[in-house]
Amino acid sequence: MIGGLFIYNHKGEVLISRVYRDDIGRNAVDAFRVNVIHARQQVRSPVTNIARTSFFHVKRSNIWLAAVTKQNVNAAMVFEFLYKMCDVMTAYFGKISEENIKNNFVLIYELLDEILDFGYPQNSETGALKTFITQTGIKSQSKEEQSQITSQVTGQIGWRREGIKYRRNELFLDVLESVNLLMSPQGQVLSAHVSGRVVMKSYLSGMPECKFGMNDKIVIDKQGKGGGNGCQSIAIDDCTFHQCVRLSKFDAERSISFIPPDGECELMRYRTTKDIILPFRVIPLVREVGRTKLEVKVVIKSNFKPSLLAQKIEVRIPTPLNTSGVQVICMKGKAKYKASENAIVWKIKRMAGMKESQISAEIELLPTNDKKKWARPPISMNFEVPFAPSGLKVRYLKVFEPKLNYSDHDVIKWVRYIGRSGIYETRC
Amino acid sequence: MTDSKYFTTTKKGEIFELKAELNSDKKEKKKEAVKKVIASMTVGKDVSALFPDVVNCMQTDNLELKKLVYLYLMNYAKSQPDMAIMAVNTFVKDCEDPNPLIRALAVRTMGCIRVDKITEYLCEPLRKCLKDEDPYVRKTAAVCVAKLHDINAQLVEDQGFLDTLKDLISDSNPMVVANAVAALSEIAESHPNSNLLDLNPQSINKLLTALNECTEWGQIFILDCLANYTPRDDRESQSICERVTPRLSHANSAVVLSAVKVLMKFMEMLPKDLDYYGTLLKKLAPPLVTLLSAEPELQYVALRNINLIVQKRPEILKHEMKVFFVKYNDPIYVKLEKLDIMIRLASQANIAQVLAELKEYATEVDVDFVRKAVRAIGRCAIKVEQSAERCVSTLLDLIQTKVNYVVQEAIVVIKDIFRKYPNKYESVIATLCENLDSLDEPEARAAMIWIVGEYAERIDNADELLESFLEGFHDESTQVQLQLLTAIVKLFLKKPTETQELVQQVLSLATQDSDNPDLRDRGYIYWRLLSTDPVAAKEVVLAEKPLISEETDLIEPTLLEELICHIGTLASVYHKPPSAFVEGSRGVMHKRLPARTGSGEGTECPDVGNAAGGSAPEAAPSIIPSQGDLLGDLLNLDLAPPTTTGPTPSTSGMQMGGMDLLGGGLESLVGTLGGDIGGSPAMGAGFGAAPAVMPASLNAPVGGGLGDLFDLGGGVGMPMGAYIPPKTVWLPAMKAKGLEISGTFARRAGVIQMELVLTNKAMSVMTDFAIQFNRNSFGLAPAGPLQVLTPLGPNQTIEVSLPLSTVGPVMKMDPLNNLQVAVKNNIDVFYFSCQYPISMLFVEDGKMERQVFLATWKDIPNDNESQFQIQDCHLNSEAASNKLQGSNIFTIAKRTVEGQDMLYMSIKLSNGIWVLAELKVQAGNPNYTISLKCRAPEVSQCVFQCYEAVLKN
Repeated sequence: MIGGLFIYNHKGEVLISRVYRDDIGRNAVDAFRVNVIHARQQVRSPVTNIARTSFFHVKRSNIWLAAVTKQNVNAAMVFEFLYKMCDVMTAYFGKISEENIKNNFVLIYELLDEILDFGYPQNSETGALKTFITQTGIKSQSKEEQSQITSQVTGQIGWRREGIKYRRNELFLDVLESVNLLMSPQGQVLSAHVSGRVVMKSYLSGMPECKFGMNDKIVIDKQGKGGGNGCQSIAIDDCTFHQCVRLSKFDAERSISFIPPDGECELMRYRTTKDIILPFRVIPLVREVGRTKLEVKVVIKSNFKPSLLAQKIEVRIPTPLNTSGVQVICMKGKAKYKASENAIVWKIKRMAGMKESQISAEIELLPTNDKKKWARPPISMNFEVPFAPSGLKVRYLKVFEPKLNYSDHDVIKWVRYIGRSGIYETRC
Repeated sequence: MTDSKYFTTTKKGEIFELKAELNSDKKEKKKEAVKKVIASMTVGKDVSALFPDVVNCMQTDNLELKKLVYLYLMNYAKSQPDMAIMAVNTFVKDCEDPNPLIRALAVRTMGCIRVDKITEYLCEPLRKCLKDEDPYVRKTAAVCVAKLHDINAQLVEDQGFLDTLKDLISDSNPMVVANAVAALSEIAESHPNSNLLDLNPQSINKLLTALNECTEWGQIFILDCLANYTPRDDRESQSICERVTPRLSHANSAVVLSAVKVLMKFMEMLPKDLDYYGTLLKKLAPPLVTLLSAEPELQYVALRNINLIVQKRPEILKHEMKVFFVKYNDPIYVKLEKLDIMIRLASQANIAQVLAELKEYATEVDVDFVRKAVRAIGRCAIKVEQSAERCVSTLLDLIQTKVNYVVQEAIVVIKDIFRKYPNKYESVIATLCENLDSLDEPEARAAMIWIVGEYAERIDNADELLESFLEGFHDESTQVQLQLLTAIVKLFLKKPTETQELVQQVLSLATQDSDNPDLRDRGYIYWRLLSTDPVAAKEVVLAEKPLISEETDLIEPTLLEELICHIGTLASVYHKPPSAFVEGSRGVMHKRLPARTGSGEGTECPDVGNAAGGSAPEAAPSIIPSQGDLLGDLLNLDLAPPTTTGPTPSTSGMQMGGMDLLGGGLESLVGTLGGDIGGSPAMGAGFGAAPAVMPASLNAPVGGGLGDLFDLGGGVGMPMGAYIPPKTVWLPAMKAKGLEISGTFARRAGVIQMELVLTNKAMSVMTDFAIQFNRNSFGLAPAGPLQVLTPLGPNQTIEVSLPLSTVGPVMKMDPLNNLQVAVKNNIDVFYFSCQYPISMLFVEDGKMERQVFLATWKDIPNDNESQFQIQDCHLNSEAASNKLQGSNIFTIAKRTVEGQDMLYMSIKLSNGIWVLAELKVQAGNPNYTISLKCRAPEVSQCVFQCYEAVLKN
């Protein structure tokens, strides 16, 4: 299991060091600093073995988090734990930065003591942790409160405490999708997939039993075609759920039922590859004029209902390293050559569906005797659209709370769809 | 008001100040001071001097302060054991606290304090906590048992904590169950033979129930534990799989991977014609693909595991090629792993896409990645024949880019393509030759030289090209030198007229001016071959080359099986068994996949036979082990049974070491190549009885029974049997975890046999035996795998005879006949060394012609002569001569001078060294005098020992 956990700043100074196992010594702290943080070349692997000690690291801005072990641990678990650790810290004090860590080091030690015992991860749900690890020092609790805490931390529904009350029962569903594309210069789709998340923010009283339904092809087909209310069903390649969802029930009936944690949680992640609506198409044209000039023309076409508006559109056209000057003309938005990023960045605030826009640029090059050709990185794009490119639709989210007297109709529900670009690239 | 200020105090009298503050009356000040102490501790400053003062703060009702003090205690208790006792009272008291959080905190902290005296006091509170009414305390106590076991295993057993821990598996609270499982699994790991976890259908059922209810981490503990279980039959296996599959939809990747591990393992037991088997295969693909949308570090872990899964069951992901396409912004470690998997998944169906991608990658920035991409194109050509042409043209395009390392990498792979498809793509040679000057890496230079040599007849200016390399011959690396030598000899054999000068030049460079024994020896061999028998030379140098395998970097099957059992763990990331990187785990049992159980129908049988490979083609026969892995390969001496490879003529396998080759090296060389031609002259010479030279191929593993048969025949035909020393114990059981090995060597019918007796004196069954030799003076090597077919039970003994060849790698040993052996079984690898009688190496055709004998005797300088005395030998010369002949020491002539018999004898060693001997026997005198003459005087001592042994037995 995990033998120790260290947090470093970018210089390699230790901010937090917690050792769980006797086989990890202080020298392990230095070994990681010398061999990984101070190593000159790029880090070639997130797992490093130094003198029979294995180091797992993740980086958040300037901060290095490293878990250390001498055993054959479950590597996937260690990384999952490190991410979780980051989530917990963010939930407690915001951004993970040197300053925040130093400001909260007592709290971090307290958390580390709680969520990792002898290197075994324990309950790490922030909702539960926040009930008894507080920065203000523990208030004297009544006996009932204490046993409520412990039963929640260890219980079957460790993510929710009993006795929550709201005057207004409300829930928000966000369907957030990122659409990924790799397209050849000829416009052929090399790979495309949508990875989506359903994020739920709930303010519900008691222990509400929820059931979530969407236009999953398997479910719709099972119910028979006649029953469908006209909406297209989508084929989901795979999905994963928050631990509150009863997986065996999903496996058997493909129904998604759960008691949600209070506040925000990521209910579900999914992935689709079929029938994706690609919101934009990029058509590149690069022509080399002699050895010192490049002509680039890029057309983007929006491909969705004209009534909808895409936002925050950004096209990034890479330029060679030996670029000396760039002239750009674009029909819409603003375009700028950013020498430090070796790219022309073209920004458009809004664009409706079924439109097209164009940019052309002339790139002057310095003559070089570098034999190596320019690698021509792909043109990448960023945008945000108000629909789900996978076609996913929320059909219902039913809430039952048998003990309290409010029904499904009393809950105010909001649904929102946002499609964003993931890695959306077109080769040129 | 933040905590960061504690990090800033670096004044000198700090300790004193802190001391004062710690003893302050004000609570707030105390707490501030403890925080400062912890901050200093974190940065690595020694604040152990404050121990008593900090411990004094322990008695407090402020939980935050208490936790800080505990943190301090855990760090320094070991260095101040006497003072740490002061804390015991508080701990014991806290374990009785009405607040469960405090009880748990106390028991958790106490377990982390590694001081013997404190541990004693821990037992009682721990016992109570294990039965606490609050699940939070129980789950903490469960882990505490594991902590205590780490400090004092005996104590845990004596106190009966293990039984209590076992009871917790049936606890009503899922988290308690999960922690108990984790603790038990850890303890069980250090007692491989104990039946601690005692997994049976009932307990498995409990675990599966808890699996649905506990936290994500608990699910991982339980799944990892489940993976150690072996179901009784396919039904049970299927029902467990059915209950585990829902976990594949968990958001936590580690839960998914652990579930995949259980499924991959239990799937082995399912009959393939079962519908469920197919369903399960289909269910595995989507979650594996989903792992690739996780954070990059997890992607890396997932990809390393997918690499294993693809090797084991290629059918799972065969349609998912696209998801492994590299993204421009992937971190380099993800890119390299994806590329690896792409090559493995490449097939005729997707090759066009793959090639287009690879070509794209070859223009990227990262040098390692680009090289790997180029190499991948070459692998595709070799793997998918239909694509070879396209691959070659892609490679040519890449060569045109003139990017130095791309060109070099391309040339290296094109060489392999030529090997795989001879006489098909030679038209590209001209393009390759254009890039000769830009090659600066040895591997690329060597590849290019090989190409020029191999196709010398088609390259007009091959001689010029090779000559250009010759100028800086001594600055080249060995690889290039060897290749250049061979290439020029090939050229000479193909175009003898115009290249005589060149070949002489290279031969003299290799033999006279080089210090490298490999190079020199190869030079000598060629020289000899060319000067004595050009036809043979042609046969040897231009011989047909063995085919190269399609798959590379495949993991050896037994290792792969073990790694599949470790999916998700570090072992699967390193692709090494845990014993290679975990200390003190050498004795731990290697995990294995369960065997498929038949469902009772007879029709299943043929299927079971090739179950391992699945429906995909079996792993290619020869495996090129992957190189440049994360850990030094030395740590991981994994002895695979040697793959029987025939002597490969054109490679440098023929290393005859520092021995003198001039004697009869040529014959021995031809002998090895041409089967048993070398035997015939000796047969023709004939003695009274025909010598039993059996045409036994060196490679055929002769089983024990067969060997005995030969032996019987030999006994009849020969005057006297060869000398076989008695068996001695080579490896005592004490040193080898219960495995005792004794043995001897024998030469039967021209085959050297190592006769081993393996005895299992341990309690557990031993399997998976394999043997390997270190390099030795005469290149002895196992000619086949160690044939231990059945597992060796406790107190069982088995006799094995292992045929040996003499074509292994050579290194001079001291003493000369020393042999270092490594034997592997499922438990560990063991090493021992033994000495073989050199008479094993005396070959059957060692009888020299009289004239030759005379000439040779004169020719060998007198310095090389050595004399020995054999005492107390009561044989007459006739009997001695007969006895010696049994061991292939042949008497050529006998002379009697003044009542003294002079016997002249000759011996030939397996590596072609001749030893000439003169034995003086005086009637009535039990002391013989022997003179040995040999061009390699080092062997004389050993030969003499043989004489003594043979004559006295």
